[in-house]
Amino acid sequence: MKDILIMLLSTFGAMFILSSSIGLLRKPDVYLRISVTAKASTLGISLILVSAALFFNDYSVTTRAVAIILFVFLTISIGGHLLARAAYITKTPIWKGTKTDDLQGQYDAVTHKLYSEKHHSAIKPEKSENNI
Amino acid sequence: MSLQDYLNWVIIPILGLSVILVFIRFLKGPSLPDRVIALDMLILISICIISIYSIQTIQSTFLDVAMLFALIAFLSTSAYAFYLEQRERK
Repeated sequence: MKDILIMLLSTFGAMFILSSSIGLLRKPDVYLRISVTAKASTLGISLILVSAALFFNDYSVTTRAVAIILFVFLTISIGGHLLARAAYITKTPIWKGTKTDDLQGQYDAVTHKLYSEKHHSAIKPEKSENNI
Repeated sequence: MSLQDYLNWVIIPILGLSVILVFIRFLKGPSLPDRVIALDMLILISICIISIYSIQTIQSTFLDVAMLFALIAFLSTSAYAFYLEQRERK
């Protein structure tokens, strides 16, 4: 019974990892690739680690697995956001099918600060010709 | 079919296929953030392979290595993003 549950969980986890890697290969844009990696691979890793914790059935292993899952949940999203921000600031080309770009002209090119005209943010740009 | 056979003949080949697909993106990637996100994904898949391997050889010590890899993945991604952004600043 436990073996069947471990097989099921690890199969779903491997399928999520495979779909994430296919999306990483086939998406047309760096932002879409970051989005795919940040969503699907988190679920795949946590399913495989849950299957490992279920197999050993021990307090120390379960604690390690839960710690890895929490850490991965926190850090994949933060790393993806940092990388997407760096890619937008270095002017990586956006896919031509993208309809709206809400960040256009909102980053200051020198100080890399974000401001928003529409939402009346507190940060205002000093010189408007610096904007990306 | 026992659990070890199933892990050896079904799960490990799926993960190996995904490693190959991500490595193609790592070689092809037109820009530098593509390569960085492919490197991050490679480390994440290697965490999965390590945990499957720790089930196969009944050694729970390998999960420590998986935790170390998760730490290194976050550190490398944030460092690459930081220096990618600083390179543009002059």
